[in-house]
Amino acid sequence: MKRYNEDAKLVPVPSTNIIPERDVDKSPILECRHLGIDFGGLTAVDEFNMAIGRTEIAGLIGPNGAGKTTVFNLLTKVYQPTRGTILLGGMDTAGMNTVQVNHAGIARTFQNIRLFSKLTVMENVLIGLHSSMKYRLPTAILRSPAYWRQEKGARERALELLSIFDMQDLAEHEAGSLPYGAQRRLEIVRALGTNPSLLLLDEPAAGMNPSETAELMENIVKIRDTFQIAVMLIEHDMSLVMNICEGICVLNFGRIIAKGTAKDIQNNPEVIKAYLGTRKEG
Amino acid sequence: MFSTIVSQVINGLQSGSIYALVALGYSMVYGIILLLNFAHGDIIMVGAYVVWYSMSNLGLHPVVSMLLAIIACTLLGMLIEKLAYTPLRSAPRLSLLITAIGVSFLLENGFQLIFGAGAQTVPTLVSGPSLSLGSVTVSFPAMLTLVVSILSMAALTFLVQKTKLGKAMRAVSEDMGAAQLMGISLNRTISFTFAVGSALAGIGSVLYLCAYPQASPTMGSMLGLKAFVAAVLGGIGSIPGAMVGGFAIGLAEALVSAAGLSVWKDGVVFAILIVVLLVKPTGLLGKPIVEKV
Repeated sequence: MKRYNEDAKLVPVPSTNIIPERDVDKSPILECRHLGIDFGGLTAVDEFNMAIGRTEIAGLIGPNGAGKTTVFNLLTKVYQPTRGTILLGGMDTAGMNTVQVNHAGIARTFQNIRLFSKLTVMENVLIGLHSSMKYRLPTAILRSPAYWRQEKGARERALELLSIFDMQDLAEHEAGSLPYGAQRRLEIVRALGTNPSLLLLDEPAAGMNPSETAELMENIVKIRDTFQIAVMLIEHDMSLVMNICEGICVLNFGRIIAKGTAKDIQNNPEVIKAYLGTRKEG
Repeated sequence: MFSTIVSQVINGLQSGSIYALVALGYSMVYGIILLLNFAHGDIIMVGAYVVWYSMSNLGLHPVVSMLLAIIACTLLGMLIEKLAYTPLRSAPRLSLLITAIGVSFLLENGFQLIFGAGAQTVPTLVSGPSLSLGSVTVSFPAMLTLVVSILSMAALTFLVQKTKLGKAMRAVSEDMGAAQLMGISLNRTISFTFAVGSALAGIGSVLYLCAYPQASPTMGSMLGLKAFVAAVLGGIGSIPGAMVGGFAIGLAEALVSAAGLSVWKDGVVFAILIVVLLVKPTGLLGKPIVEKV
């Protein structure tokens, strides 16, 4: 097994706003082969095969209970898969735990917000950044120059990440006191803090109004363009999925029933059947 | 009369600061893995034996012995966590609690087996000038205890609020799963929490010996229980709460003694526990958990 990169550097934010060249590297960031998990006798996900490009925005959709969040939990090793392989940047993640997978480059948000609500906004983002920082406790206690440099760098970086969503002014607020939409955005910022190469968003637009959703769409694309990372999202808001996802995967009863572009999916009879049921003849 | 009260208040602050140091360990561990670590009190006992053994049998300098005791307590806390609690991390809370009681019995009876049931007298640890304030004298150990515990609590507050590991601790105590998904190592954070909590117990143990220079196998259980009451009174899981609770219990004990009812000292402490649980189960500084419907 290849070792995952423990010393991953923070991705620099380009100063100019030129549209970056897409998909220079054609190899996928994530590849799932025959992935599956059983809970007791119940097969929750089976034969999940999917590949995501390095800077692709991919959608995972399907009716309630189809196993979408289970797939996220498999990717982040909250559950260990019963069968199949997950390759992250070509490297097998078998045997890794949640923390190692995060260090290897997968970060996620949650369907129900799980911020550290008693910590400040800044601290929430720093939590993510710190796992890629080097200094140890003695340095922190002695407050050496190296410590201050790193700490200052981390704070600047956190503010930079918060500024994606215009949240830098909220830095010292308690995370739990933010309005709902801001908490959802902070979850994305916190995840970005861990310097991922694949960002998993679990229903990022849940509970948002149409204008907030439209802004979120722009921001997801902006995040992808700026950081050159892959984004995979679970979403029920079809306007969001159809507008920004380059590849869509439809899950029903734990199995992929369709894969393709927004257009392919919209015209796929299997998908229509899964969402709307079968039409009774006569 | 006035001088009696003042000197009892000073006694109360002295024992209160020891309760506070021990209560912090209870609260921190509860905050992070929801475990009432009933073996925590016995760590104090082990610390006391380390001081006694290294002074009486190895002839070491008091300061060296005290430092050894603090280190031994720290390591013991981490060891207990690794051996007894880590394998049960996904087990029901009750299994953990019973294991903690088991560890407590193991330590108490183990030490009784090795060193006998009787108390060992610890030689004088510190001596220095006492402070006279009019008719009230404050002994050197009392001053030392207050200064050392306040410094320890300040250091702890700094550690929890300002360092990376402190942030990790607070994150894990809020949401273990989310913390792991943000790349925080659970093993390291929990181990660190036990180390800090046990180090504070070690400091508490040494300060206790300055006032009551005796080591016995069961000395940790009453001290531990009172510190537990202090943690509950302050709001278990809350660090400032444990400090406030510790001083409150110490003062309550001292004032009961000042009123000439020293036989009732222990009874009052446990009466406080019952009242807190009835009236304000979340403690003075604990936050109530509101279930949103």
